[in-house]
Amino acid sequence: MLDSKVPAGPLAEKWSKHKFEMKLVNPANKRKFTILVVGTGLAGASAAASLAELGYNVKTFCYQDSPRRAHSIAAQGGINAAKNYQNDGDSVYRLFYDTIKGGDYRAREANVYRLAEVSVNIIDQCVAQGVPFAREYGGLLDNRSFGGAQVSRTFYARGQTGQQLLLGAYSALNRQIKKGKVQSYTRHEMLDLVKIDGHARGIITRDMITGKIESHEGHAVLLCTGGYGNVFFLSTNAMGCNVTAAWRAHKRGAYFANPCYTQIHPTCIPVTGDHQSKLTLMSESLRNDGRVWVPKTKELSEKLRSGSIKPADIKEDDRDYFLERKYPSFGNLVPRDVASRNAKEMVDDGRGVGKSGVAVFLDFADAIKRLGKDTVEAKYGNLFDMYYQITDENPYEQPMRIYPAVHYTMGGVWVDYNLMTTVPGLYALGECNFSDHGANRLGASALMQGLSDGYFVIPFTVGDYLANLGSFAPVDKNHPAFEQTRKEVEDKINVLLSLKGSKTIDDIHKELGKIMWEYCGMARTAEGLTKAKGLIQNLKKEFWSDVKVLGENEELNMSLEKAGRVADFIELGELMVDDALNRSESCGGHFRLESQTEEGEAKRDDENYTYVAAWEFAGENQEEVLHKEELIFENVKLTQRSYK
Amino acid sequence: MSNSKPVLSSSLGRKLIMSLTGIFLCTFLIVHLIGNLQLFKNDEGYAFNNYAYFMTHFTPIKVVSYLLYASIVIHAVYALVLSIRNKAARPVNYAQFDGKANSTWNSRNMGILGTVLLVFIATHMQNFWWKYHNDQVPYIEYQTDLATGNTTSRVLEASEFNDYQVTVDNDVETVKARDLYKQVDFAFQNPLVVGFYVLAMAALAFHLIHGFKSAFQTIGVSHKKYVPIIEFIGVWGFGVIIPIGFALMPLYFYFIK
Amino acid sequence: MAQHMNLTLKVWRQKNDKTKGQFVTIQAKDIADDMSFLEMLDVVNEDLTRLGEDPIYFDHDCREGICGMCSLVINGRPHGPKYGITTCQLHMRSFHDGQTIVIEPWRAAAFPVLKDLAVDRTSFDRIQQAGGYVNINTGGVPDANTIPIPKRIADEAFEAATCIGCGACVAACKNASAMLFVSAKISQFALLPQGQTERYERAQAMVDQMDAEGFGNCTNTGACEAECPKGIKLSNIARMNREYFTAKFFREEDVHTHN
Repeated sequence: MLDSKVPAGPLAEKWSKHKFEMKLVNPANKRKFTILVVGTGLAGASAAASLAELGYNVKTFCYQDSPRRAHSIAAQGGINAAKNYQNDGDSVYRLFYDTIKGGDYRAREANVYRLAEVSVNIIDQCVAQGVPFAREYGGLLDNRSFGGAQVSRTFYARGQTGQQLLLGAYSALNRQIKKGKVQSYTRHEMLDLVKIDGHARGIITRDMITGKIESHEGHAVLLCTGGYGNVFFLSTNAMGCNVTAAWRAHKRGAYFANPCYTQIHPTCIPVTGDHQSKLTLMSESLRNDGRVWVPKTKELSEKLRSGSIKPADIKEDDRDYFLERKYPSFGNLVPRDVASRNAKEMVDDGRGVGKSGVAVFLDFADAIKRLGKDTVEAKYGNLFDMYYQITDENPYEQPMRIYPAVHYTMGGVWVDYNLMTTVPGLYALGECNFSDHGANRLGASALMQGLSDGYFVIPFTVGDYLANLGSFAPVDKNHPAFEQTRKEVEDKINVLLSLKGSKTIDDIHKELGKIMWEYCGMARTAEGLTKAKGLIQNLKKEFWSDVKVLGENEELNMSLEKAGRVADFIELGELMVDDALNRSESCGGHFRLESQTEEGEAKRDDENYTYVAAWEFAGENQEEVLHKEELIFENVKLTQRSYK
Repeated sequence: MSNSKPVLSSSLGRKLIMSLTGIFLCTFLIVHLIGNLQLFKNDEGYAFNNYAYFMTHFTPIKVVSYLLYASIVIHAVYALVLSIRNKAARPVNYAQFDGKANSTWNSRNMGILGTVLLVFIATHMQNFWWKYHNDQVPYIEYQTDLATGNTTSRVLEASEFNDYQVTVDNDVETVKARDLYKQVDFAFQNPLVVGFYVLAMAALAFHLIHGFKSAFQTIGVSHKKYVPIIEFIGVWGFGVIIPIGFALMPLYFYFIK
Repeated sequence: MAQHMNLTLKVWRQKNDKTKGQFVTIQAKDIADDMSFLEMLDVVNEDLTRLGEDPIYFDHDCREGICGMCSLVINGRPHGPKYGITTCQLHMRSFHDGQTIVIEPWRAAAFPVLKDLAVDRTSFDRIQQAGGYVNINTGGVPDANTIPIPKRIADEAFEAATCIGCGACVAACKNASAMLFVSAKISQFALLPQGQTERYERAQAMVDQMDAEGFGNCTNTGACEAECPKGIKLSNIARMNREYFTAKFFREEDVHTHN
């Protein structure tokens, strides 16, 4: 049984009490410690800046050419905070409750409460940094209701909230780089974790320009490397997003928790063809005014697909506004998992639209009639433009076509209340960890979690760990563990470079994506998952025997970069399938067809599955070992989620 | 900031020099045009030659004129310095560069336009300024009957001329002056000169359509209301009226006089 | 259905920053018009890989027009023939069958070529490090609604802040000037109350660093504004100039160095 190290005491006092109880590092001693931060998104940049401000020496690593380009930048909608500026009944407890419920009761109460608690500080911090949030005419901050929340608690910066928040954190990071407290390594990829006496003491990186394999030593390592959605090949993640750092750490002893919890976002632009490289998300805010529908009959759908009729030709009576029909009180604003699943149901029923038939409509005709084109343009203009650029269809004149796409991974590296993994000294922050969103994440909560972990949690908890080390000695960079790990990394690269088969890396990656989407996507069955496991194992063999990796190590080598990442995705894919198979209940984004209510909603099995599944790596080609962390709900009552 | 670079060795400082000298040269153009409008008077150059004397002998104006010469030199030198630096900022050129898609031709070719203008200024000064200052222009005497206001003129030989002179005798005013007007008339009988002047004024127009508003942008003027006014003045004042006004002079002498 | 086309690509290939590069002609066959430009390059790269040839290296990441990583000068235009988008948002329907497409990296001394079409833009980071921030630590800040900011000011600051740091302004400028980029950040902070405390110092420090990186000088052609995928306005450059000259001529006492 895993120990989450959640402090005792009433929920609302846990974090304050814990902050007091944690040991502090004397200001003069902080400079004797070095902390390695991998990834420079919201979690990484905010953590690195905050730790450097405290006096620690920090090194940051990112695979992009600049810390500013981490994929946090792409978040559109907003960031939640329990400020209650709108006087509409919001509170820390309500944000906590909504998040727990939204996560389908599979998140840790204490973590979620802390997240809601520090959410208010995040907004203050960002405003002080000069983040240009949207404001009302009176000059105060504007809020909107987002992702089905009943209160307006979402702060936003037009459609670019993630970018503005990341630039805020990046600016704080830049300030510390200028001061010499942070050393920034860009176009560097972490390829392994170095452990000494069981503790994380360094990482091995590859300089992607020169190919140089480097060792970096530190007293603690923070993984802020984001999610693993690219295991599906097609997702809303950036092309470079990968699981390699987290996965290699996993293979060094960090348990991986709930890997099967993936969020499929309902409002994405549908796939057009095999050449597709990624999927583009259209902000969820579109569902505030757009109405989701498909034709009532297959016949009409077929006519639409063949192009013999246009959407406007379908009479009101022949349209099925299925979300409004099934969920009268939430309507089009049901949570993401519910909206996605229903879209899939319509498509499976043969009522999908678009040339491929794998899409549903999101229609703004009524909104334009009600609000006028100008208002709709003011609210969604940039999104409509983006849609038009990609599809060449004008959403002011015809309904948008949308379909769910992989967007976020709730699962991740297992961490305790202090965000420490099962490897002492190794931490995981932001999307990289598993802790706050349970089985489904609510809109505008990812940014909140990344910044909460980085600005307001890790500066305290990492200090406690370092203070307890009992020594200020620098990490011994000549320790044989560095040389040995470095050699293992080099060997692996050499093996990859020796692969001269017939398949490209993308061939394999696309194949993996298809397996994952088919069997471990929006709906899963024991049968399908078992089949997927076999398929993935075969794919793994194919990868190591028939893939083609070009070039050499000592150059910018796209082929090599991809190869290492895809090799890890394959292994992760297998674990996701194992985890999905193990969890024979439905919850949040994990929908097992065997476990649904009479109305076809996700049905949890609280008796048997109120736990976090944390997997331990047991060796190459071995079955991973399951460890459970019991989820204890002292404050909320577990109920069947209902959005009727 | 003690360790900050001095303003004039910064990129913005150099641009400021371009901007200020440019604006100064623009204001000169207004004065120059208004003064030269006297060429259009049908008075055998009486007004113009008096004006020429005044402009070259009134001390405050002389001071300003030296500032003007300095501005021309500084404007040209800094243009050269900036151009060299700009070239260094892009050591490898594009194989294909579609400038017209994002900017006007004149804004991208201020250097070429400026070079045309520099050659023009040199020619222009050699033609008139140099000759005027080095006694290479004819002389003229005007006699005005102050009672009737009628003026007659006659060409003076060099031996008859000492210096600019105004005398009044018996209600008759006699003015002896260097006849720059005739020199103008003479120069503008040459179609090559006329052609070059008109071409240079076209270059001036394009230079200033961009340059005038650009100068204000450089000194930091950005205002919803005033920038459009500046742009209007730049285009219609300095891009149309002033160059056409100047260009009419050679054309007038060539075709009409 | 999607239209398909065949294209002739003239692509800049360069092994690394120490070797000379050259144009290489590559045929792109059977390209669907609903592919993005980068997906077209993906297809070309897959073909090259199958032939055992080194794929074309180009920078890209989010592929939704926000990370600023993608670049490419396409037929003489940064981010290609359309306005207001990045290369990753450009689709092949903007081209026609049989067309020749010349693809080059950003060209600037301050953006050395790393490989093929990828350039090193860390000069932009160094400019930001010189002063693109408010000097505050985490924690201890006032409540977010303490200082009301007029909506007009907040909106203007936001518009300046939308810069994605792609470098198209430098690429488009005939002088390879980075002033639009630098002015966007200076403007954001010059407008907001939070940026006031170090307003003048910031302008000086960032301009100094910009000059040190070897960018060219603005001649106000407006090419940067026209090609900026985020529509950053030229008026930001005027504001930067004003900030800088004010600092240099009138606010010397407000400008101090600190470590």
